[in-house]
Amino acid sequence: MALRRIFQVGQPMRRPLTVGDALVLVALATLLYAGARLAVHAPSMIEGPEISLSPRALPWYALLSVGRMAAAYALSMAFTLVYGYVAAYGRRAEVVLMPLLDVLQSVPILSFLPVVLLSLSAVLPESAAAELASVVLIFTSQVWNLTFAWYQSLTTVPNELREASATFRFSGWQRFKTLELPFAALSLLWNSMMSWAGGWFFLMAAEAFVVGQRDFRLPGLGAYLYEAAAQGNVGAILAGIGTLVLVIVALDQLVWRPLLAWADRFKLETVEGEDPPTSWFYNLVRRSHLTDWLSRAVWRPLSERADGWMLRRFPPPGGGEAKGSVRHLTQRILAFLLAAAGLGILAYGGLRAGQMLLTVLPGQWAEIGLGIGATLLRVVVALGIALAWTVPLGVAIGTNRRLATWLQPVVQITASIPATALFPVFLLLLVGLPGGLNLAAVLLMLMGTQWYLLFNVIAGASAIPQDLKYTTDLLQLSRGERWQTLILPALFPYVVTGAITASGGAWNASIVAEYVEFGGQTLQTVGIGAQIARATAAGDYSLLLAATLTMVVTVVLINRLVWRRLYRLAEERYRME
Amino acid sequence: MTGNGVLLEVRHVHQRYRSGERVFTAVQDVNLFLSAGEFVCLLGPSGCGKSTLLRIITGLQRPSQGQVLYRGVPVRGVNPHATIVFQTFALFPWLTVQENVEVALKARGQSPEVRIPRAVKLLDMVGLDGFETAYPRELSGGMRQKVGFARAMAVEPELLCLDEPFSALDVLSAEALRGELLELWTGGELPTKAILMVTHNIEEAVFMSDRIVVMDRDPGRVVAEVAIPLAHPRQRKSAEFLAVVDRVYATLAGQTQPEHVELGSAPGEPGRTRALPHIAINDLTGLLEHLDEAPGNRRDIYRLADDLSVDSDRLLRLTEAAELFGFATIAEGDITLTALGETFAEARILARKEIFATRLRRLPLFRWLMSLMRAAEDQRLKSDVVRMALELEFPAEEAARQLETAVSWGRYAELLAYDDDEEMLYLEPAD
Repeated sequence: MALRRIFQVGQPMRRPLTVGDALVLVALATLLYAGARLAVHAPSMIEGPEISLSPRALPWYALLSVGRMAAAYALSMAFTLVYGYVAAYGRRAEVVLMPLLDVLQSVPILSFLPVVLLSLSAVLPESAAAELASVVLIFTSQVWNLTFAWYQSLTTVPNELREASATFRFSGWQRFKTLELPFAALSLLWNSMMSWAGGWFFLMAAEAFVVGQRDFRLPGLGAYLYEAAAQGNVGAILAGIGTLVLVIVALDQLVWRPLLAWADRFKLETVEGEDPPTSWFYNLVRRSHLTDWLSRAVWRPLSERADGWMLRRFPPPGGGEAKGSVRHLTQRILAFLLAAAGLGILAYGGLRAGQMLLTVLPGQWAEIGLGIGATLLRVVVALGIALAWTVPLGVAIGTNRRLATWLQPVVQITASIPATALFPVFLLLLVGLPGGLNLAAVLLMLMGTQWYLLFNVIAGASAIPQDLKYTTDLLQLSRGERWQTLILPALFPYVVTGAITASGGAWNASIVAEYVEFGGQTLQTVGIGAQIARATAAGDYSLLLAATLTMVVTVVLINRLVWRRLYRLAEERYRME
Repeated sequence: MTGNGVLLEVRHVHQRYRSGERVFTAVQDVNLFLSAGEFVCLLGPSGCGKSTLLRIITGLQRPSQGQVLYRGVPVRGVNPHATIVFQTFALFPWLTVQENVEVALKARGQSPEVRIPRAVKLLDMVGLDGFETAYPRELSGGMRQKVGFARAMAVEPELLCLDEPFSALDVLSAEALRGELLELWTGGELPTKAILMVTHNIEEAVFMSDRIVVMDRDPGRVVAEVAIPLAHPRQRKSAEFLAVVDRVYATLAGQTQPEHVELGSAPGEPGRTRALPHIAINDLTGLLEHLDEAPGNRRDIYRLADDLSVDSDRLLRLTEAAELFGFATIAEGDITLTALGETFAEARILARKEIFATRLRRLPLFRWLMSLMRAAEDQRLKSDVVRMALELEFPAEEAARQLETAVSWGRYAELLAYDDDEEMLYLEPAD
């Protein structure tokens, strides 16, 4: 697994919050305000769907869950291609679009779920609202890293390939098809896999979301597991988890692995790779006569047709240059009007949101502050516990080939189960323990965070160069010295990368971990997540807005002040290259 | 190769670009023409703007000032009659050899029935039959460049532009490919009317072209034109050939000037700041030791390229450095070791460092750097500060490289130290 670049490090260190960030936050406040306003009309009671625990219902539920994921993913890809193109080729747009993306990707998405659900249920029929909310939620969880990957690919296409396309006068379509898309393919693919893994987390949360009298559940695997746990039906729990694992493994084996094996050709490397990814399914498909025939008789003529059509429709640039400044002028006016309108809406929305926030009582603000503190503490504890066990185990797996061969698949499958799917099941086990939900919430957060860390530690440990390991052997360094001089510095960038993702996951998890409707009773503890859920249940929209906004701002600030600095340090100092 | 009309004319082309406050000139007032049937080389050291000029000629880039005429018509946008073979091949790694050639034809809207046989035929011509379904990464550098040539030929360009096409290849494949290209060109098998090749390799230019347009840097400009009236195939060891090579070297290596001209002025002062040639001290030492062994401590520069097996670009940087330090003088294409240079070459390592340090202190750029550091608090300076100051004299990239060279020389001379973690420059306490 390659080290993912999370922040753009090329640019000089910026102030923690810029004007652009402030604008983005106001825009978020406006959106939240609009949602909260709409939510006033949300029905006070929503009946959830009947969830059947019969094993025969499972295939159908699995299909529904995968369908929601696929719909959101298709939406994400469409958004990504357009947004990335505009950001990469519109010099002026880039200035606005990239900081926007930067904030959006660090916002705890799950905190929006209540607002989105409530506002949509005010305007749409119940089931449609929940469906749409789940797709919107998954979309917002999947899309940012994809867009970022696409944008980065577009801006790093090797210059000589760009020039070659220009000299041979490729049309825009041909450039997209032969240059830009293939160049971005691998990065888009890896990010798609990551997006899907993240998407499951949110889908499971969205499918099993219940607050007070409002049951927003959706027929799907998440709701099935919730219902099974609520009824204490161990057989159904096992069947549900089994199906979920099966679906995820099947997607991995039948979709992602084959795609990876196929996409190996898009490596820019000019030498043969040592260890290309393989896939049995890909080999099977590639060897079949049917695929051969499909490729020859259907795909190629079709693609040829499409190319011809696109070429006629959008001919390549002729001798002349972009003509007419008239179009330029109208474009400018249009852009100006759009910007003015946008700022106007922001100003109005920001004002109204501010007014709404003013109605929040000082006591409530104090509670929000306390909640943020409590949740932050939980996040830190969860991260600490995760670090304490993943670093030794990760290093053991990463440096020991034999251990890796049998432990890695186990870890991968365990990690592939979205933590939110297991929440109800774990609750069943944990609520009896001393400490109640307070302790349980930490453990639930841990579930969502530890895997990112473990994978990154494994990747980091296996990337330690062999000659450095030999050197520490030859120098006869003690165990402590070896960790201090080699292992920990080498792991640092990987741990930071993992921890950034993990803390994001923990904040998200707080929404569903601190307040639970379970088996007819409500369990809750002190925390910002519990406050958001309580405000949703009680229909206190100004409190909902205040709590959600506070959480967003806190997480964005932590990202800027802590993670970005650590990440920069890791990139500049501890990168093995 | 028919007709003698002028294909290409470059009129008063300038290329400038802004970097912060300053405007830098990459190409200054270039005029040239190219007739049908000609093979012309643009030759010059790196940074002389020859590649920029090639991009302006093909229409990939617009000049800040001046005009490019093709067959008498001003070029707007990419010139459809020209094509480029790139130094790094610019093949699409995800397309097979054949698809890489086809893609150029596809852009012109040709159907598979037409373009597939054409691509196959072109690959046959460059000797790549049997490799149609291979991916570029499976091929050697030389074979990849053949694909590059086949792809360029596919669009039947009147003007074939080559951007250092052989410099990324190993010596043997480069030599083979040069021969094959010349064979196709002189045999009239190419659909091309003229070839314009950018190179920094003097021998290559003399070996292949009919005329060399010699460029130099600071600012990038044409300094000479050398016609090569030798018949093909040319003999590299023949006296006539070597005479031309010697002449070109003499043009590029220049003449040692009086010291104040040679050294230039310090950054911030009026006059031109002399850019440090980017060389490693070890290489310079090697050159001086070699000259020390030569009869009369003197050698034709072009012969040094062979002696030391370095390419002309790097060699000229080394001779420039030797000249700058006063270790050698250059006149009419010959380099002669000075007494100081002789002492340096024969000295032991610590003595060498001392000599080097005294010579280094004379360079205005370095003197400026030292006084800047002496004036600084604790005699230490953020390297960014120096870089930004240098950016007033040089383009951003060059400023960074100047700093890098100055630091590595200063470290060797033990005049300054550099802490990479803090990106901080220190004066060595002894100074």
